Order: sequence, then structure tokens, then C-alpha cells
Amino acid sequence: MPALERPVTKPRPVYLNLVRIRLPLPGIVSFLHRISGAALFLIGLPLLLAGVQASLASQDAYDRFVAAVSTPLAKIVLIGLIWAYLHHFCAGIRFLLLDIHRGIELSPARQSSVVVLAASLILTVIVGVRLW
Amino acid sequence: MVRRIIVGAHYGLKDWLAQRITAIVMTIYTLLWLTIAVYHGGVDYALWQMLFANEAFRVATALFWLALLWHAWIGVRDILMDYARPTSLRLTLEVLTVVTLVAYAGWLIDILWGASR
Repeated sequence: MPALERPVTKPRPVYLNLVRIRLPLPGIVSFLHRISGAALFLIGLPLLLAGVQASLASQDAYDRFVAAVSTPLAKIVLIGLIWAYLHHFCAGIRFLLLDIHRGIELSPARQSSVVVLAASLILTVIVGVRLW
Repeated sequence: MVRRIIVGAHYGLKDWLAQRITAIVMTIYTLLWLTIAVYHGGVDYALWQMLFANEAFRVATALFWLALLWHAWIGVRDILMDYARPTSLRLTLEVLTVVTLVAYAGWLIDILWGASR
């Protein structure tokens, strides 16, 4: 094929196949950032609003809300959401640092991915133990 | 470096920046709550009442939620742009998201300043 007729754009995937994709560590942090964000939007937001409403309505409503989220099943959901918030928080701070070109090289970027994964899990355990 | 043809579009820069600024607003509010909770030795009903009796705290809370809902919109839109095909499905989900987020904003204003308070 003559050089001029070669396609200008490389063939790129038109969508991201979640089953076939293999991610490096920073990619996993990034993907979990998405998962946690989606969970916070779908479950966290309405639950948080309901909680704020109950906490401000009356002592009775506050006690009922605390009782409702104190069942074992609710606590598991709550710990899941707390992890989602903490991971989203830690990974978000990492992204903000990358934006201002901190830790942008491969090795520090990998290290900070491990820090984000570990920090959010450790903080979840600390909050989880207190909650349970 | 991607060479872009300048046609007046902003290529999502505004959304990208809004995502970062709203993140910083939420971080500050989260740390504020954490500081208050630690200083107070936990969270109870009395603390909620005391904090939200303060108009400045209600405004700060409204700012946090404005940032949160805006941030959520950008994030959900990004996810839908990647995975929701065809366009009709994406548009439907985007409209549902916007309606939900606006409804949440109304719910929050009612909680903070509504007749029930």
C-alpha cells in the first residue's frame, strides 16, 4: 500500500471489554475508583440522604435509623460503602497528585497504587471494627 | 501528544476541572466532619442538632452536596459514555441520572430548610 493511502488512525477498541481486559496495578486502582463511584451513586447517595434526614428529624427518627443500619446485613452493606468512600477518597487524592505531576513515573505510580489499595483497606478495617 | 483541530469545542476540559474542584470541596467537608467527630468524641443526635442549628454549617453542607451531585453527574456520564450502547440507551440513562440528581438536590434543600424543620 502506498504511504499516502495508509489509514491515519490506528485501529482502536470501540468499547472496553471488561472480561478480556488485563489491567496493571494502577489500572486496577483506576477501575476500582469507577466501581466504588458507581456504588456510591447507586446505593450511597440515597442512603446518606435518608440518614441525614433521619438524624435531623427527631431523636426517635435518629434512633430508628441507627437501629435499621445496625442489623448484620445492613452493617455489611455499610462497610462495603465505607470501603467505597475510602477507596474513592484515597484514589482520588492520588489522581489529583498525578494531575500536578507528582509520582507520574512508572515506579512511583505503582507504589502509590499499592498505598491507595492498602490505606483504604486498613482504614475500612479500623472503621469496620468500630462500627461492629 | 494528540493534535486537535480547534473548532471551538472545549473537549471536556470544563468537566475535568469541575470534577477536580468538587473533589477538593468534598475532601474539605469530609475532614471538617472528621475533626468535629473526633473533637466531640463520636457522633450522636445532640451533635447533629447542634451543628445543623448553625446556618453556616447548613450552607457548608449544601455546598458539599452541590459538589457531590455535580461530581456524581460527571462520573456517571463518563461511565455511561464508555459502556452504555446504543446511544438511545445512553441518553435514557443520562436523563434518568440527571432527574435523580436534581431530585436529590430538592430532597436535600427540603431537609436543610424545608417546612419539616
